[in-house]
Parts: sequence; structure tokens; C-alpha cells
Amino acid sequence: MLDQQYELRSAIPHRSPTSSSLEMESMDSPDSKVSDQRRPQVQSKLRVQGFNFFYGLVQSLFKIDLDIPEHQVTAFIGPSGCGKSTLLRCMNRLNDLIEGARHEGNILLDDVDIFNPKIDITDLRKRVGMVFQKSNPFPKSIYENIAYGPRLQGLKNRTVLEDIVEGSLRGAGLWEEVKDRLHKSALGLSGGQQQRLCIARALAVKPEVLLMDEPCSALDPIATGIIEELLFSLKKELTVVIVTHNMQQAARVSDSTAFMYLGQLVEFGRTKQLFTNPSKKQTEDYITGRFG
Amino acid sequence: MKLWMKHFFGSGELFIWGCGAGLSLSLLMIGGLLVLILLNGFGYFWPADLVELTLKDGKHVIGQLAGEEVSPKGIPRIRMKIGNRDLYGLDYRWINSDQIIERAKPSDLVMVERREWGNFYGRLGTLHKEDQVVAEGSDAVWQSLPPLLRHQESSETESVYTLRIVDANGKEKSVSLSQVIRVLRPNDLSTLEKLRVYIGNVWTVLTTEPREANTEGGIFPAIFGTVMMVIIMSVVVTPFGVISALYLREYARQGVIVRTVRIAVNNLAGVPSIVFGVFGLGFFVYGVGGTIDALWFSERLPTPTFGTGGILWASLTLALLTVPVVIVATEEGLAAVPREYREGSIGLGATKWETIWKVVLPTALPGILTGLILAMARAAGEVAPLMLTGVVKLAPAMPIDGTWPFLHLDRKFMHLGFHIYDVGFQSPNVEAAKPMVYVTTLVLILVVVTLNLTGIVLRNRMRRKYAGSAV
Repeated sequence: MLDQQYELRSAIPHRSPTSSSLEMESMDSPDSKVSDQRRPQVQSKLRVQGFNFFYGLVQSLFKIDLDIPEHQVTAFIGPSGCGKSTLLRCMNRLNDLIEGARHEGNILLDDVDIFNPKIDITDLRKRVGMVFQKSNPFPKSIYENIAYGPRLQGLKNRTVLEDIVEGSLRGAGLWEEVKDRLHKSALGLSGGQQQRLCIARALAVKPEVLLMDEPCSALDPIATGIIEELLFSLKKELTVVIVTHNMQQAARVSDSTAFMYLGQLVEFGRTKQLFTNPSKKQTEDYITGRFG
Repeated sequence: MKLWMKHFFGSGELFIWGCGAGLSLSLLMIGGLLVLILLNGFGYFWPADLVELTLKDGKHVIGQLAGEEVSPKGIPRIRMKIGNRDLYGLDYRWINSDQIIERAKPSDLVMVERREWGNFYGRLGTLHKEDQVVAEGSDAVWQSLPPLLRHQESSETESVYTLRIVDANGKEKSVSLSQVIRVLRPNDLSTLEKLRVYIGNVWTVLTTEPREANTEGGIFPAIFGTVMMVIIMSVVVTPFGVISALYLREYARQGVIVRTVRIAVNNLAGVPSIVFGVFGLGFFVYGVGGTIDALWFSERLPTPTFGTGGILWASLTLALLTVPVVIVATEEGLAAVPREYREGSIGLGATKWETIWKVVLPTALPGILTGLILAMARAAGEVAPLMLTGVVKLAPAMPIDGTWPFLHLDRKFMHLGFHIYDVGFQSPNVEAAKPMVYVTTLVLILVVVTLNLTGIVLRNRMRRKYAGSAV
């Protein structure tokens, strides 16, 4: 186990926790974007440190160490049951709902441990939004769906709410399609529109991180394309973590990719590098379709 | 042959046929029952023609045809409603067909609806004002009656007019005009006019109070009592049932205790309703009501105010009786809310309570309403517990009226189900009350159907609003 961790570190040296503070400083320099091509010198938004996770007695995540860079799209790939969704759901503590779930290690959001009992969990979930595999608009109107999050925060002003609804729908590229039917049931939308509505709903609470759990797995290629387009504009505003089964999708949309297998993080690096020149045999086998 | 048998039994065709037969039998019985109630119930209001029979022995009989059959001895006979209870003591009479010489429907036959003794069938004789004769002869009296009756309707005083009516065989009977509600010549009415009378009869039954030990007049207090009791019950049972189900399903740790509670709740639905009645009497009426009386109405004791049966206690008892239905339905509704909705809401920063209140409950609302509809249907038809907790044969006052505080929850009330029992089985004149039983049954069914339809329409509207809802 320990050996493997060292291997991981050595495979992606620029990902080590110690380097992040240096990167933070270099972010401020104007030429940081130029060097970004080779080394992602960006601040880490989320840092997973020595993270173990258990469902009851079954351990499903083993010593995960991972830094998610800010304003980038990070993809988790891996075969079914490898723990990528579990890891994602830990990032806004959605797994708290599961009885008997238990963890070891830390996940830091802007250097604050999200498992710290003192932090407000609803505040965490506002900062770290989630889009699910199955689109899950509430059985309410489109408007009510978007306004749900802001209303929870006590926002009542109609004009402000309307602005938020419009802004979120525009952000999710849905405004033009639904602006005339805002007060109709959200369940009347198509699958792709529903998923974008869920994205808009998550955007309405102005999250810093957006977690997406296989958001396109139930969508047709056109709807998938629209959402992938969306990711490029979204990452200007926030950090995106996406779990996907579809390796082409990971290659298309993500800046960094993590390959997980059987609860272990096998390889994590720049997407281009991981797909063209993986440093691990397992990764190569998976992305070339030899298993998984 | 053997192969055919094997196929028949092996394929389960036997059971399919058995199920089909059972289903059709049930449908047939329900349909038959409904048709019986509908025919008799709606038939009650129709102003049937009056028939005058001339018998072999020279006597005459006037009445409404009420049925035909072959007697046990093999002789065909007809059943007549002859009315005139004060003269004959009976409302119905069997007449063998071979005794009848002639059947006629003279247009001057009248049906006099009276406040006492039921209907009188016969002919109008004379009209007296005190001792003077004002009109004589069937037609003359018939002409002069309507304005007098209209005047009588609005006045409270004893009328100065007396009507003399003659039965089929010339026997006379004097009736004060204050005793007369209506005089009709059914044989003289056209179908359209009969229809008007029919609608008037329906209206009378639905809106007026009963007369003659409930066998005549209307059933309005019973309708009102039933509906009000069901409404109070719904108002009480919904929050209780929903809160219990919420706790059981969402908050309680699923374990042995919760499982036991759930079994207990389900069993509660199977407890005989009279047991609930006894409990209601002991707990609500004597316990809670007695305490309320001792604390706030002590000046009226020993006359009880709340310490006796009343609509509130009856409603609460029924709420107790129906709460398992609501709990079970709500729990099912909650369980059917997809996990994605909860996760979506929690993921947006909602607390558990906010999620339940804003997403889970609205989604489960159709299921909750289904439970409420079932509860209402059960409550409206329940009689036994009410007899112990506040239903009466004849309520002197309604639970809502114009005197302060307008809503009198302590008052006793009338109920359609109890009315059926009372009129049908406790009445001194069961034969005469039979049509009323059918009418009351019909109205009870209609009330239950109406209450249910309201619930169903509400539920469907909600489902349409959130098309593709969970339940």
C-alpha cells in the first residue's frame, strides 16, 4: 500500500500537496498562464488526503490522495464499482445520508476540512453543488426548481429571484428553450433539458465546485454534446469534477483525469498525457479497452 | 383427453377461469345492489298514479300499485299502498287478482300529504271555514285549495279551515288545513308536471327535517351531520396520520420497535369499530369531556356539556378509527418518493426538514390524499361507534346555527347511517318506512361518492400539476 502511494506521488510529482503553495504564488504572476501548458500551475480547490471510505465493514476507497485544480474540469474514470462516484459524493458529504458510512482522512475545500464538525454542512453543500446521474428535477415548475436553492437561503425578493433564475438558466444554456414556459412542470422537459435544468438549479446557489456524477449517461449524443459544450463555459466560473464511464468524453472535456480501479487511485494527471502516454499498465489497458 | 386435462390444469387456465368467475360474481352482486338501491331510492320521489279498484264484494280500494306476485297458494295478487293509516291501521294491503272486477284511474282522486298519519288517498269532499261550508264537491274544493294552502304555509297559527276528505268507500275524515302539506291529483298530472313534482320531492327530502318518527319528510339534518362529522374527522386525522407516518418513515431508527409499531398500526385498522366506540365513550366522552365540564362548565353540572356524546367526540373516535389507513397510505407515499429528489434537495444545501417539507411531502401528497379518501369512505359509513359517542335519532338543533358561537361541537347530531338503522329497524311502522330507508341509503352512497370524488379530483389535479408524480 505504502509503496503504491509513493509510486503515485512519483508519477505525478506536480500534484504533491507541498507544491500547491508554490503554485498558488505563481498563480498571481501574469505569465502563469503561459507555463500552464506544461505544468498545471493552478491553485487546488479540493484536496483529498489519505482518504479511506467504508460502507459498514466494506472498504470502498483506499488511501486516496488527489488535488482537484481550480477552474478546471477534472474527470474520474474507471470501471463500475471502482469508487469514483463514492469519492465524488464524499466531496459534498452526501454519503452522510447512508447509514453505516464511515471515513478516514481529510478532504479540504480551500484548505478547510469539510469533515470538521464545526463547519455548516448546508453551507458546504451550497459551495459544492451536485448534478446526478439521473436527472432529478423536483416535481415543480421550472421556475420553482431553480428558485429552490436561493429560497432555502432565505431569498424572497421576486426580482432578485427572477434574475437568478434567468442567469442560472442562461448559464446552463437552457434559457432560450424554456423562457416561455417557466411556470410549467419541469417534468415536461426532455431528458437533456432536464439534466441542464439540474445544472441550472445547482448553479443558482452559486457554487464554487460542481460535482457531476455521470451527467450524460442517460442522454442521447446531441444532448450530451450540449452539456459537454456547457462544461467549457462553466469552468471559467467554477471548478468541475465529473465522473464518467465514457472515456471519449473524459478526453474531450477534462483538463485532468483520474483513473480509479477497485477503490484505488491508479493514476492522476493531465488528460492529454494520461490518454496518450499513461504511466501505468492498468491505465493503458483500461483506456485501450483491454479490460473494464 | 388426458393431454387436454394436463394442459388445462398445468397452464393454470383453471385458476384464470376461477378468478374471472369470482370477479364477475362480485361485480354482479355490487351491480345488483346498486341497481336495487337506485331504482327504489329514485322511485320513491315519483308521484305514481292512483288506482281505484272495484272488488267482487262491491268494495272499492284506492291506492298506489306497489308490487305484484304469486302468493304461496298459487294465486296472483297485487300489493297496494292504501295509506289512510288513521282509518285502516295499515299502509299496505294484498289483493288477490281474481277479486278485482275493475281497475280505473279517475282523475279526481287525490293524494293528501299530511303532517300526521301519512298520506290520505281518496276524494275531496267539502271545505269548511269554522262551521260554514265554503266549497263542496271534488272540483270546487280542488279549485279553492291552492291559495289557502299557500297562505297556510307562511302562517304559524292554527287554520280556520277544515278539509273533509272521503275514502274509497265513502268514509269521511276531517283534517284541519294546518295538518295538510300538499294535495295532489297524480292522475291529472302530465309527465312534465310529474317531473316537476318529482324534483320538488327530491328537494324536500334533501332540505327539510324529518317528520313522523323520521319515516316522512326530509333527511337534511342527517346529511348535514354526516358531512360535518366527516369533515371534522378529516381535519383531525390528516395531520395526525401524516405526522406519525413522517416520523415512522423518515426519522425513527428502523428497528424492532418501529416494526412493532407498524404492525400495531396495521392491526388497529382491524379492530371492530364498536370497540373504538367504547373507547371513545370512555376516553373522550367521560374522560376528556368530563374533565372539560368540571373545569369550565361546572356551573351547568350535573347537566353535562361536553361530558356527553357530541359531534366532536364522534369525529375524534372516527379519526382514531381511520388513522391507520392514513398512516399506511402516507408511509407508502413517502417510500415512493424517489431517492434522487431527496439527494437533489440535500445537495442544494437543504436540511432534512426542508427537504421533507418542500420536496418529499408535496411529492407524496397524492398518496396522502388517497389515504384520506379511504379514511373518509370508511368514516362516512361507520355507525356502531357513533351510537355510543353522540348520534341521536332526532337532533333538536344542528351543530352549526345562528347562535353564538355558531359552531356547537358539543351538540348531538344525526347521521345517515344511523338514520337507516333507525328508520328501517326501530320505526313503529316498518312497512311505511321502507322507501325512506332506500332513499337514505341512496343519499348516503351519494354523499360518500361525492366526498370521494372531491378527493379524487383534488388528487388528479395535483398529479397533473406535477405530471409524472411518484405515486
